[in-house]
Amino acid sequence: MTEFSKNQERDWIKQRFIGVSVCILFVFALLFLRLVYLQIIKGEEFRLLSEKNAVRLKSIKSSRGLIFDRNKKLLVDNRPSFNLKIVLEDAGEVKETLKKLAQLIDIPFDELMDSISQVENSTVYKPILLKNDISRNQLAIVEAHKFDLPGIHIDIEPTRYYIHKKTAAHLLGYLGQINSKELKTGKYPNVKSGDSIGRYGIEKQFETYLQGKRGGRQVEVDVSGRIIKVLKTVKPVAGLDLNLTLDLDLQQTAEKLLENKAGSVVAIDPDNGDILVLASNPSFDQNDFIGGISQKKWEALMSDPGKPMVNKAIQAEYPPASTYKVITSFAAIEEKHINIDNTEYCPGFLKYGNRTYRCWYKHGHGDMNIIEGIAQSCDVFFYRAGIKVGVDKLAQYAMGSGLGKKTGISLENEKKGLIPTSIWKKKRYKEQWQGGETLSVAIGQSYNLVTPLQMAVLIAAVGNGGTLFRPRIVRTIKDGYGVLVKKIEPEITGGLPASKETLKIVRKGLLKAVQGQRGTAKKIRLENIEIAGKTGTAQVYSIKKNDKRKTEEMKYSLRDHAWFVCYAPADNPVIAIAVLVEHGEHGSSGAAPIAGALIEEYIKGSLSKKTLPE
Amino acid sequence: MFDRRLIKYFDWGLMALTILIGMVGLGILYSALTAGNDSGVVHILFKKQMIWMCTGFVVMMIILMIDYRDLDKINLFIYALCIALLISVILFGKIGGGSRRWLLIGFVRIQPSELMKIALIISLASVYSTSISQAGLNFRKLIKPAVLCVIPFVLIVNQPDLGTGLLLLLIAGSITLFVKVERKVLYTVSGICIAAAPLLWYGLKPYQKSRILTFLNPDRDPLGAGYHIIQSKIAIGSGMLTGKGFLKGTQNALSFLPEHHTDFILSVLAEEWGIMGCSALLFLYLIFLFWGLNIAYNCRNMFGSILAFGITTMIFWQIFINIGMVMGLMPVVGVPLPLVSYGGSSVITNMVGFGILLNISMRNFSSN
Repeated sequence: MTEFSKNQERDWIKQRFIGVSVCILFVFALLFLRLVYLQIIKGEEFRLLSEKNAVRLKSIKSSRGLIFDRNKKLLVDNRPSFNLKIVLEDAGEVKETLKKLAQLIDIPFDELMDSISQVENSTVYKPILLKNDISRNQLAIVEAHKFDLPGIHIDIEPTRYYIHKKTAAHLLGYLGQINSKELKTGKYPNVKSGDSIGRYGIEKQFETYLQGKRGGRQVEVDVSGRIIKVLKTVKPVAGLDLNLTLDLDLQQTAEKLLENKAGSVVAIDPDNGDILVLASNPSFDQNDFIGGISQKKWEALMSDPGKPMVNKAIQAEYPPASTYKVITSFAAIEEKHINIDNTEYCPGFLKYGNRTYRCWYKHGHGDMNIIEGIAQSCDVFFYRAGIKVGVDKLAQYAMGSGLGKKTGISLENEKKGLIPTSIWKKKRYKEQWQGGETLSVAIGQSYNLVTPLQMAVLIAAVGNGGTLFRPRIVRTIKDGYGVLVKKIEPEITGGLPASKETLKIVRKGLLKAVQGQRGTAKKIRLENIEIAGKTGTAQVYSIKKNDKRKTEEMKYSLRDHAWFVCYAPADNPVIAIAVLVEHGEHGSSGAAPIAGALIEEYIKGSLSKKTLPE
Repeated sequence: MFDRRLIKYFDWGLMALTILIGMVGLGILYSALTAGNDSGVVHILFKKQMIWMCTGFVVMMIILMIDYRDLDKINLFIYALCIALLISVILFGKIGGGSRRWLLIGFVRIQPSELMKIALIISLASVYSTSISQAGLNFRKLIKPAVLCVIPFVLIVNQPDLGTGLLLLLIAGSITLFVKVERKVLYTVSGICIAAAPLLWYGLKPYQKSRILTFLNPDRDPLGAGYHIIQSKIAIGSGMLTGKGFLKGTQNALSFLPEHHTDFILSVLAEEWGIMGCSALLFLYLIFLFWGLNIAYNCRNMFGSILAFGITTMIFWQIFINIGMVMGLMPVVGVPLPLVSYGGSSVITNMVGFGILLNISMRNFSSN
């Protein structure tokens, strides 16, 4: 321990303490002088500013990223909207002001009051939204009377605009106002109460990219809240633009073809899994959701029997019907139960156990091989194939082909369908699997359920030689200057459980289904373009043997669903399509013509216009 | 055996001063939390602060029981304990305001970076008390103190809490300059710092640069820090000579002032009590600082002298940075105003500091 003894050292220490004291005094003098400057010299000025609460922040809304189709055509835009707001602090007598305003622009007074009382944690100087998107007439009236309406102002802010009403509504999605619960999660750091966020579709899935960053202004305002001076500005940053794989023209054609029907169309580029069309009908107008959909419109949407809010391409599950014969063929050939030379005789029915299973063609197809079996969709041929393969092997091939699981498209609530197995039945119904049920499974009529998207991905894989792709909807994400931010590459999720030889046989059958003399879809043949496809007619209600009513007489809701899956050109496909028309009755007449029209437009169209670079 | 002289020499003046500043602080906090709130209910944060103050007082009393000279012996243990706490913040810390600063022990949230300040001061006092000389310290003698500073600095800056990290360096730097370094060392170190700054700058990522630039110039962030400073200046200025009166501050009531009960609390005082109130508080702080220096000067033990000086320096820098920031003279850093700002860790840390000062003061009678 060092103890001080010498006077000299004491003096040295003393000097150092004097130095420190001087420093402290100097700093405190500085602080005091600053107080004098702020409170005495500038005091008057600051007192005035404080009494009016005159320096405020005004937030500037950023514009959301745009959405383009594959050919750079704009699908979703922003437009200016005039938003009526109030700052309570400046409004004086709030009720008086609102009464005046209500009279002038013909909005019920109660509605205006409600919008104020609904705001949580309101502060008197923060603008509260009274009415979104007022008309130009209302704008003109408010501007003309602005001196009678203290505290009322109009902000021009970007709002979402869906250019093509109802087009690809399920894919693009819509926006909705953020609620206080979501705000509290902290997932949306740039979103304020009153802002909209994606609620459905791409708008929701790509929210983080589409959402921009708010800017703001420091402003000085006068007594009634009008801006006198802008002190500082921070510009908002616009959200990122999305370039989709969607083809707008083809999508619109598909939607037109689905008009007055319930169902969906999915078209995929077999080379990379790009979604060209994803249509679901009936649809809805996304513009109705901006600023909150009215109760009446919402109820109408919810009570519509066509279920417009369901994306039928990914959320509706149907029995695959005869389109499933593709799977049964894979299994039967790969498991060596049949080969190209085998023929089976179809008398129009098959007795199994003590039941008779009928072929859709009651007169019988006669001798059938695998290729003709696919082309003419002979049920008896596939009953026999199914019996040989067995339900569990069939399920294995179906799962391998991407059925019974999600395709992985970047959209919410995709359904995975259902592929039955004997174990599944035991778990689900506590019953043994019945041999006869395998017959139904083999022709896609039992418990099996698939989505149109799954069938599109499957048929695309058949077309491209066996590669299953994850469906891609967004190709690139770019900023407003066109600088690439993110590129989404095609993603292979697997391969079909079928050898080249097997695929060759199945493809031949599919080709004959359209191009052959006895093909089930021969009516949609096109000049110069060979199509390969498979029809399907999914029973909604099994017709009793002696029911002689014609389908036209049957109730709409009991009529069969019509399926058609195809790709074209058959030898080197550029498009693969799955069509499902609910209660469309026959695949050949209800669904196939839609695909035919799309193929014609797409292939002829792409001859005239060059494919655009990424 | 308890020495009666401990009571005889007890520093009642410093104790009274501490209590006085604490009371003033509670008054300001009461206004900050109550103004504009008609319900008449005492704010829960006010009650919490009372509890913190009482806890701090008890901690202070406990510290009086230990002879400060024992701290010299266990200084490295205290230092290591605080470093361990800082590391556990990285591992299990609670995130608050975008950084990991808090540690939850039972029901109590503690901020180890605050305690680290005291630990570092004790360790530096211990090292310097043996190496101090009139000629000043040379490089070799500075290696150990430098290491002692750098470890906590790196840990705290990574939380990230740049403000507290820099405060730590300021305190350490002040103590080092006070015990004197060789002129050669002073020049070389300053030279290296100036030369290294640009190199470091280019090594930073753009967002880090932006953060530092905003730190130095709040106007770069007119919607955040810049706006806070403007509102703070308006609030202070509008107080004028005598202020608007207790609980009458409008800026405060309208919540124009962010953080008005923590870092920006001085603006509440300034708005309601004017330059009179602010000068009074400055004066109280000034007396306190000189009192602390006096204890350091009169201490016959070199360790105690440097320790008292270090604690005083810690209080000084907090006052200067906080008031400077609130008045727009300094970068916006989260440094609280001692005994006035709301916050448990800050209250406890400062109380521990005062406890050490009292401790040194009362044991300064000439024994042996």
